[in-house]
Amino acid sequence: MWGKPITQVLEVRDLKTVFHTQDGKVHAVNGVSFHVEEGELLAVVGESGSGKSVTMMSLLQLLPMPPAEIEAGQAIFQNRDLVKLSPSEIRDVRGARIGFIFQDPLTSLNPVFTVGFQIMEPLRKHMGMSKSRARQRAAELLDLVGIPAAAERLDDYPHQFSGGMRQRVMIAIALACDPKVLIADEPTTALDVTVQAQILELIRELRQKLGMAIIWVTHDLGVAAGIADRIMVMYGGQVVEQAPIGELFEHPRHPYTQALLESLPGRHQANERLRSISGQPPLLMKDPDFCPFAPRCRHAFDKCRAEDPPLLRVNGSHDVACWLESAHAEAPNGR
Amino acid sequence: MAAEAATFSKEKMPAGTLVDIEDLTVHFPVYKGIMRRQVGAVKAVDGVTFDIRRGETLGLVGESGCGKSTTGRALLRLYDLTAGRIRFDDMDIAKLDSGRLRAVRPRMQMIFQDPQASLNPRLTVGSIIAEPLIEHGVLKGDARKARVRELLDAVGLNPDYINRYPHEFSGGQRQRIGIARALALDPQFIVCDEPIAALDVSIQAQVVNLLQELQRKLGLTYLFISHDLSMVRHIATRVAVMYLGKMVELGTVAQLFAKPAHPYTKALLSAVPVPDPKVEANRKRILLTGDIPNAVNPPSGCRFRTRCPWAQEVCATTDPEWRDMGDGRRVACHFAEEIKSKESGVIAN
Repeated sequence: MWGKPITQVLEVRDLKTVFHTQDGKVHAVNGVSFHVEEGELLAVVGESGSGKSVTMMSLLQLLPMPPAEIEAGQAIFQNRDLVKLSPSEIRDVRGARIGFIFQDPLTSLNPVFTVGFQIMEPLRKHMGMSKSRARQRAAELLDLVGIPAAAERLDDYPHQFSGGMRQRVMIAIALACDPKVLIADEPTTALDVTVQAQILELIRELRQKLGMAIIWVTHDLGVAAGIADRIMVMYGGQVVEQAPIGELFEHPRHPYTQALLESLPGRHQANERLRSISGQPPLLMKDPDFCPFAPRCRHAFDKCRAEDPPLLRVNGSHDVACWLESAHAEAPNGR
Repeated sequence: MAAEAATFSKEKMPAGTLVDIEDLTVHFPVYKGIMRRQVGAVKAVDGVTFDIRRGETLGLVGESGCGKSTTGRALLRLYDLTAGRIRFDDMDIAKLDSGRLRAVRPRMQMIFQDPQASLNPRLTVGSIIAEPLIEHGVLKGDARKARVRELLDAVGLNPDYINRYPHEFSGGQRQRIGIARALALDPQFIVCDEPIAALDVSIQAQVVNLLQELQRKLGLTYLFISHDLSMVRHIATRVAVMYLGKMVELGTVAQLFAKPAHPYTKALLSAVPVPDPKVEANRKRILLTGDIPNAVNPPSGCRFRTRCPWAQEVCATTDPEWRDMGDGRRVACHFAEEIKSKESGVIAN
């Protein structure tokens, strides 16, 4: 191992998750390695099917098994491997030391319980608070996430809140037990832009106040640019590039990241053709034995179609998995 | 109202205008109780006036529930209008009966958001695209088949896929099938209702390029409904912004993005994330408080006043007029000139 900084709160090594389907094994996550540091916001970007959500769900054993199976890998959190924990052990971590926010606040809140009950639930279960103490804390949390007249709204049901307010409630639940790590899976995707802007602002404030590490899964590079310290790009179930936010946007090195940035309309003149990426994302029906992006890559050469490139450190804190780059690589990282 | 209608039909539409919409209103009734008594109405679109010019792409933006999709559907007469006039190529289609409307339908088509839901899973791609041709009895037998193959080719799909089913295609390809179907009857005007919202970024660019190519080749006019402002900025000629059933601003892309005049446009633009960390770090954001009010019972006066950082007393009492600012831009705000001159926290580029 390379020198491991003490501030690292979560470290994932070589995670492999597959789904057993009628048509065979789908290799959704193929050897993903990454870490988050204390107080850091790591954005995970990629298109649908790139494995970003499945990676996060695997960490917390939130996938239905079967059909899902974690074939290999470790997720080290507070000196324990999350992947190996028993169902009751992982329940003590989930919702307590690791908070989770899902994409759609309406389907992740239970419609038949009040919002107050749902915030109090983790407080009573994980922190052993009394009912009155938990209620008081729940009101504080609602206030923290910017819901007006918080104490009065504890007895309201989810349908009495708007979409943005529901997502605030979800954030309050995720923050209830003061987690070390918050995993947010496309938390603003279902929201309108002005409401999204409010939630992003809230997250910026909460980071300053609470200082937990955040993993923010998104497909929107604009959102990532606005809040992240570091960004990790996924494609075909693998991490293809990882760098501090400014570095990645200024010097993207993986052809996929470059193409993705070029396909954004803001970087073109109006009426100019957008640079699109031809072809389709891979189906992941096989264990990858070549670069997943090779069929769509303008720079692909023979080696790309024969061997899967490892994620290598190319420059400072910038990692790329591409055979074009392997010549510049300094030292192997994590694989 | 009656006198107005008379003058309207006499007045000739400017030559450059393809669709002219005046005072378009769509209310959905709300019923309650066992007697199903009407207790109110969702004012989805409430008196909207604008025009769409020949060969242009008019972007229609706004947040969910603002009435943009309802506007798009209503002007194809897919909803019953509560009030208003729609002139399509000098013909008032708002009052046409279904028989005569059917004769106009081939000239105006629609592309839907969700290609998965808008394609019948039990029909082959060939039958899906041929359906409008059969329905309107345009082509028969081999000529029809040839036309379907030609359409598949035009949208960048292999004509040999004619006997495949929608599930055999990816999301982007399915959207191409939807586009081919819309093109089947050689329309002049297409309402694109969030055509790229369900697609991945890299696929979005493919579909947008295709739409622009087809527009150039076939001289199409688009109403491009989207919540993605950066894509609208790219594809549109002019942009209209809606809020809670009303249009608040309409201008060219350059006018609107450089100097928005309506406070809502301003806030909307400042909320769009820019894929550039340097811009994001130094941006001034106008954060709106609260949520969109209920369209059953909208605020008095200006509908945006409850969230507007510049709201004054007059905004609560007087609904701002939908007025021309002199440079072709239309806006509904009492203080548009003042707001326009303020420095904008907009997408820098």
